[in-house]
Amino acid sequence: MDVLLLSRLQFAFTTFVHFIFVPLTLGLSLLVAYMEFKWVRTGDEVYKRMAKFWGKLFLINFALGVVTGIALEFQFGTNWARYSAYVGDIFGSLLAIEATLAFFLESTFLAVWIFGWNRLSPKLHNASIWLVALAANLSAFWILMANGWMQNPTGFVLRGDRAELESFAVLVTNPFAWSQFVHVLSSAYVLSGFFVLGISAWHLARGSNVDFFKRSFQIAAPFTLVFALALVVQGHQHGSTVAKYQPAKLAAMESHWDTMTHAPQYLFVIPDPANERNLVEILPVPGGLSMLAYHSFDAEVKGLRDIPEEDRPPVLLTFASFRTMVGLGFLFPALAAWVWIRRKTPESSPTLLRILPWVIPLPYIAIQLGWIVAEVGRQPWIVNGVMRTEDAVSAGISVGQVGFSLLLFGLIYGLLVAVDVYLLMYHGRKGPKSSEEETKADSESESDLQARPQGALA
Amino acid sequence: MLETTWFILWGVLWAVYFALDGYDLGMGTLMPFLAKDERDRRIMYNAAGPFWDGNQVWLITAGGVTFAAFPATYAALFSGLYTALMLLLFALILRGVSFEFRRKVDSERWRKVWDFCHVSGSFLPALLLGVAFANIFQGIPLNAQGINEGGLLDLLNPYGLLGGVLFVLMFSLHGSLWLGVKSEGPIADRATAMAEKLWLALMVVVVLFLVVTAFATRLFDNYLNNPLLFSVLLLAVVGLIQTRVFLGKRSMLMAWGASAVSIISVTLFGVIGLFPVLLPSTLDPAYSMTIANSASSELTLKIMLGVTLVFVPLVIAYQTWLHITFGHKITDADLEYEEAY
Repeated sequence: MDVLLLSRLQFAFTTFVHFIFVPLTLGLSLLVAYMEFKWVRTGDEVYKRMAKFWGKLFLINFALGVVTGIALEFQFGTNWARYSAYVGDIFGSLLAIEATLAFFLESTFLAVWIFGWNRLSPKLHNASIWLVALAANLSAFWILMANGWMQNPTGFVLRGDRAELESFAVLVTNPFAWSQFVHVLSSAYVLSGFFVLGISAWHLARGSNVDFFKRSFQIAAPFTLVFALALVVQGHQHGSTVAKYQPAKLAAMESHWDTMTHAPQYLFVIPDPANERNLVEILPVPGGLSMLAYHSFDAEVKGLRDIPEEDRPPVLLTFASFRTMVGLGFLFPALAAWVWIRRKTPESSPTLLRILPWVIPLPYIAIQLGWIVAEVGRQPWIVNGVMRTEDAVSAGISVGQVGFSLLLFGLIYGLLVAVDVYLLMYHGRKGPKSSEEETKADSESESDLQARPQGALA
Repeated sequence: MLETTWFILWGVLWAVYFALDGYDLGMGTLMPFLAKDERDRRIMYNAAGPFWDGNQVWLITAGGVTFAAFPATYAALFSGLYTALMLLLFALILRGVSFEFRRKVDSERWRKVWDFCHVSGSFLPALLLGVAFANIFQGIPLNAQGINEGGLLDLLNPYGLLGGVLFVLMFSLHGSLWLGVKSEGPIADRATAMAEKLWLALMVVVVLFLVVTAFATRLFDNYLNNPLLFSVLLLAVVGLIQTRVFLGKRSMLMAWGASAVSIISVTLFGVIGLFPVLLPSTLDPAYSMTIANSASSELTLKIMLGVTLVFVPLVIAYQTWLHITFGHKITDADLEYEEAY
């Protein structure tokens, strides 16, 4: 075990855990904002109860997203000091912009939303959760500009011992980063949609709060379908972007060894990286890979053999992750279409209701696999073609230090994930408050609000 | 000029972070001393409730801005203080989730676990930030490659520890004042009495810290070269004295404001003393991280300056609004509010 390997493990682990929480934040904030909007517009109390119930699940998840996010910013300095010094000019500024533009907005207005149910007008209160949703998605934008730069570095020059920013406009119009941003957002929305559908289905199957969960189901159904379809179409597009900018990653994703035109797409492959070939290749679609990657049957697709061995990404992990992700990616629109067809009377489709709660983990798995493809597929580079991962790790830290922090991360994150899953299941199963409880709580707080003296600062 | 502007902004961001997160970290530290029962504890959680997360973002921003404006310093500082920063991080993680988790399960043991995380997760950051900053003022053994040749235990030198004590007292005083603003009745009285004791202790430590600083660091060099700068130190002293004056008048909000002014000026006192160095090396001044050898390119500094000048005032505006909207005293009705912590 050396510092490099331990640091990579630590970064991979902390990013994975962080990204358990983030996607739900991105999509569920929009759904909750929309539910509350429906309440403000129609005055129908069910929508208010919906915003509160789904909002509670959102909050449990959000807190974990925030605290695990700080860990990532810290690690660039602690574990990847040489990377930080080399590319801080570009990468650091994107992180700082994210904090200034998005994090403040998100955390401040989330607090307004949590504590403001009885203190703000419904419209202003609803505006605060829309701001949270906007800020969450804005934060994803800046992070993906930063990650996109690592995948396809643009807008910089190498000067002396570091990369310097040359054009900010080029940096934020990086086509790879934009493609990845859209891909990540769609997948996060699909995840959030299935999250709401799964929990709603669980309750509908048991006949509890039928009206409440039917309406939740009906809000999530078109949302999920639209983004599941967008995900497949854009996912293909994203694949071509990868082919264009990261041919080595594409070759690893497909376990494609020899450079050729009319490259076939095999439906079933067993890679054999030790011997630079595939053990099994069956069901070829002639020219399929050329077509998928470059939209032309006779396009040349670079093979791994033509990439120097020290520049090749790990094939097996990239390949297997990619295939599984794509498989799941095709399952989602099919399921979402089924959901959409039965949206008017979901309670009369017991099979669908039984399946949906089990679907919840699948987008999570697909998203994590997607990140494996993106990050493992970029190796051995930390900044594609510019800086190697092994040159990025901090020089002055010891195996003992990183081992100690990795161990603590393992313990604390393990605990947090367990608590998160427990709380989400506990509160998800418990369901919303009954409308009587809700009315009672409201009238108590409201009479109090009128009787209350003005705030100390107001 | 651009680098100097960024150096000042760098100092200001850390100062604002200490003035804001300082009070909620301080309240968390004092919980075992000020909370007698479950109701008191909930008052203390809710006195920080709407604010702590927004306050903590100033840390992320201060860290992010160090990364963006002075990447070499960020790299040397964060890898050089590896274990201390990791401990800070773990403390902040456990404390952060304690707010959200504590009331989600109705069990005494469950709450005790999160209370422990909350208290230790508030005390430890205050201590570690103080130790870290005192060591920055004093310098660390950075070699020519920007690598800290010392270990964790080297950070725990007498001056570093004194810095830790200073921060713990400063934050605790700030926290007890905020609790005075946000509460009424016996717990507010206890907070006031605690603030009076902490103020006295803080005065002693501040004087001690300034004296030791004169011997252990080179911070005073800039001041002796330009005595006008002593006005910042004067502001810190005035802030501290005014804190006591307002406290005596039981004007808690003003006392809290004066305490914020003193925290900001104490931080700026140190930062100004460092200039133009961000992280001094004790091995050789040539190895120090300075604004000249660690700043980003001019283009990055310009873009970041634009972003900061537009958005930070906006952040200050909406966070001030947040404090006004939720600055009322906590009542039973607030504790019954279903989203309360």
